[in-house]
Amino acid sequence: MNENQSNNGALVRVENVGKIFHRGSEDIHVLADLHLQVPAGEFLALMGPSGSGKTTLLNLIGGLDRPTKGSVVVAGERIDQLSDRTLAAWRARHVGFVFQLYNLMPVLTAERNVELPLLLTHLSKADRKKHVDAALAMVGLSHRAKHYPRTLSGGEQQRAGIARGIVTDPTLLLCDEPTGDLDRKAGNEILDLLQALNREHGKTIIMVTHDPHASARASRTVYLDKGQLSNEPVK
Amino acid sequence: MAGPINWFSQIVSITKFGLLSIPQRRGAVAATVIGIAGVVTVLVGVLSIAAGFRQAMTVSASPDGAIVLRSGADSEMVSGLGRDQTRVIADAPGVARTAQGPLASAELFVIINIPKRSTGLDANVPLRGVESAAWQVRDNMKIVQGRMFEWGKDEVIVGAGAAREFSGLDVGSKIKVGRYEWPVVGIFSANGGAAESEIWADAKVLQAAYNRGDSFQSVYARLNSPGAFQEFKDSLTSNPQLNVKVARQSEYYAEQSETITRLITTLGFLIAFLMAIGAVFGALNTMYSAVSARTREIATLRALGFGSGAVVVSLMIESLLLALVGGAIGGGLAYFAFNNFHTSTMNWQSFSQIAFAFKVTPELLVRGIVWSALIGLIGGLFPAIRAARLPIAAALREL
Amino acid sequence: MKFFHLIWSNLKRKKLRTSLTLLSIVVAFVLFGFLSSIQQALVGGVAMAGADRLIVRHKVSIIQLLPESYKARMERIPGVTLATHQTWFGGIYQDPKNFFMQNPVVPEEFLAMHPELVLSPEQKEAWLKTRTGAIVGRKTADRFHWKIGDKVPIQSTIWSTAAGNRTWEFDIVGIYDGEKKGTDTTPLFFRYDYFDEARQPGAKGLVGWYTIRVKDPAQAVEVAKLVDQEFENSAAETKTEPEGAFVQAWASQIGNIVLIVAAILGAVFFTILLVTGNTMAQAVRERTGELGVLKAIGFTNGQIVGLVLAESCLLTVLGGILGLGLAWLVISRGDPTSGLLPMFFFPTRDLLIGLGLSAALGLVTGIFPALQAMRLRVADALRRM
Repeated sequence: MNENQSNNGALVRVENVGKIFHRGSEDIHVLADLHLQVPAGEFLALMGPSGSGKTTLLNLIGGLDRPTKGSVVVAGERIDQLSDRTLAAWRARHVGFVFQLYNLMPVLTAERNVELPLLLTHLSKADRKKHVDAALAMVGLSHRAKHYPRTLSGGEQQRAGIARGIVTDPTLLLCDEPTGDLDRKAGNEILDLLQALNREHGKTIIMVTHDPHASARASRTVYLDKGQLSNEPVK
Repeated sequence: MAGPINWFSQIVSITKFGLLSIPQRRGAVAATVIGIAGVVTVLVGVLSIAAGFRQAMTVSASPDGAIVLRSGADSEMVSGLGRDQTRVIADAPGVARTAQGPLASAELFVIINIPKRSTGLDANVPLRGVESAAWQVRDNMKIVQGRMFEWGKDEVIVGAGAAREFSGLDVGSKIKVGRYEWPVVGIFSANGGAAESEIWADAKVLQAAYNRGDSFQSVYARLNSPGAFQEFKDSLTSNPQLNVKVARQSEYYAEQSETITRLITTLGFLIAFLMAIGAVFGALNTMYSAVSARTREIATLRALGFGSGAVVVSLMIESLLLALVGGAIGGGLAYFAFNNFHTSTMNWQSFSQIAFAFKVTPELLVRGIVWSALIGLIGGLFPAIRAARLPIAAALREL
Repeated sequence: MKFFHLIWSNLKRKKLRTSLTLLSIVVAFVLFGFLSSIQQALVGGVAMAGADRLIVRHKVSIIQLLPESYKARMERIPGVTLATHQTWFGGIYQDPKNFFMQNPVVPEEFLAMHPELVLSPEQKEAWLKTRTGAIVGRKTADRFHWKIGDKVPIQSTIWSTAAGNRTWEFDIVGIYDGEKKGTDTTPLFFRYDYFDEARQPGAKGLVGWYTIRVKDPAQAVEVAKLVDQEFENSAAETKTEPEGAFVQAWASQIGNIVLIVAAILGAVFFTILLVTGNTMAQAVRERTGELGVLKAIGFTNGQIVGLVLAESCLLTVLGGILGLGLAWLVISRGDPTSGLLPMFFFPTRDLLIGLGLSAALGLVTGIFPALQAMRLRVADALRRM
């Protein structure tokens, strides 16, 4: 285990982070002096009105974007200053993403989609297959492995998306509105699955949502508004 | 029931929508237009070589001109006629006469090695010995620089094409023929015809230099009228003293140009045909993507009551318009790049060089446009049919 | 190769578009193969020329004849090992369109001079024994379905017999093959002794041109000079040059074929470049979101560029292979102009160039979309899924 991590117990430390987008001549301050610590093994729900910067924060933690100021440290490594190339390799090793619209490759079957992140590792074909099968079994989609996304239901597609997120056994699973496009029943099943991953497999999960049913499943909920975090929902 | 006027206005409006959407897919559209332009450029360009060659070979032949060769000879190069024979030919019925005598020139035709300007390598340049009537048996002969050679003197004049294509043929320079050195005293033109590729000398001078005694290879004659040819021919072929072949100059030169013209035309069509197939694929691609980009729009129009026939016709019109633009660009490109492009090649029948210029004729341009239209129609037809068959309800749901 | 499945699946995404693009690439390479072969047929003879052979012709032009007696004088020149002559017969078989070359030669020395013409010992023996015998190349024999033992009448445009007859009859006693792929096997060769005795008296003892062999190819230029000096100031002065130079000058008389072929191919490939480039650009544009996902998963920029380039190269190389293969099939059926291009075949060198070109085409058409894909910002791209 990493030294920093054992020192203060936080897997993710976001410190003093600000993010400014430029739209034309206008500067939009999305995040300002934001602090967040996520201990390992936590299932954190991140809520807030649309446009509050939830996804931006998630992207910063996942190494998809860099803050304008401040630092982002994940598993003891400061990622906001890594080069594009190192960051890509870092993402491959440490982060799994789950998207609202599943974002599966339409041209690949479920299992091929799940296999994608493994292509970036040095695993043999047989080992890749083993991992893919395990991930699919974990999300309960083994019977649909050979199906193309367009023949799967929304819930099944999201299961495949989650399997793709966890197949490399990442340090951190980042979910952006994972139930946002699903009906209540399918949404609950996905939440059951995430909860199980957190409780039984010890996965650290950060989930962006605006659905109170979803955040209720998390071990902690934080609220983002006007670029600031608080532990209470804002009126 | 939609009347024809309504139908027509449907087509106009769908076509307008299609054309207005071109800027959004300009990459694909440009690829198609330029692709078709490429086909037409190559087609017209290659065929302009054949057209130019044929024109050079036939332009100088007047309808009342005839040529006489030894029977069995397919070119002047391999022909042979004695003085007694050429005299009989000159006096034959049908030959036009002036105060100086019959308009018939007995001629020698040999080749001489002179380097091409473009490559510096030896080429077979035709060297012709003529008699004084040579100027009257051909049309449009003119001295454009210097003067005519003096009869009986070791002097030559050079055709404008030969002077342009081969080195050392300017007025004032000398050509070496065996042990002789003959000065070039003039340049002549022949309206772009085959004679312009030749070097001319007095037939008697040439006979001496080539040890030809008093023999010739051909007789060029001008007849009283184009209709006098049959009489002229019959009198010569029925004459037991002679064993000759008689042809109109135009037929003779057309035959001379046949091999090369056939070669270029065959290859040109083959190349252009293959390219056209490629261009059809390109056009299909563009129109299919046009249809798929506009699936919803087309379905909406259909839902509003536009007919499927109108959709087909307007898509075909769009494809045709794009193709015609490509064809026009290609034709223009070919015209500016190739028309009157001077070069020379080998005339296989006579083993000698002929200077000519590529000719992009109106017929070739029309042919290019017709090809582009065909490519456009084929490229538009299948996508248009697909568009017309779209199930409206499903297409409306599409994103 | 583990990415192959992903690349292949992407190509199959729009089957129609991929097939149409593939077909235009195929057509381009069929044309490439075809034009290479035409160029080869017209100028390729230079490569087939013997390095140790010189051609001696009349200085004024090739149509002027040289005395047969020059042979002995040439062979006395130091550095010359053999001299043999040929004469243009200019014959027509049935129709002037059936063009092929026929020349009278002295069999033994002619075959010694041209080892690239492969004739069986029995057939050679038969030729030496038959005065009216002729040997013909495989291509022409196949073309007119001639067999050994056939009597072939050929009309000469130039030479008549003493009796004034222009139709010469030959007995086919041998059919020769080419040693190499590019050897011209269209000409017919018959015996000079038969020819010289039968032709009209005025022309006896005159031949068209000589081929001489030099002991050392490095000395070819000096030997050529010696030959021309030998006949200087005689009635028939000569011009001697290496066979390669002679063939090249001959080919360049047709015109600047290399330039014309290059221009046509340029136009073809420019067009295909546009079509393929456009397809790839479209493919990348509509996949922006997916590329964003791949980047989120951890694909590096280099890997993204690689994926796009691999996809375009796969498409063009596949098209190249199909096109070149098709061209090869068509070209091996023979000369499309019935006889005007005797050395019409697909050279291996050009086949390889074509393959290289197909890969290059893939790189050029893929590079801009690939760079565009590389520059995508992940966060933006994901929004466009």
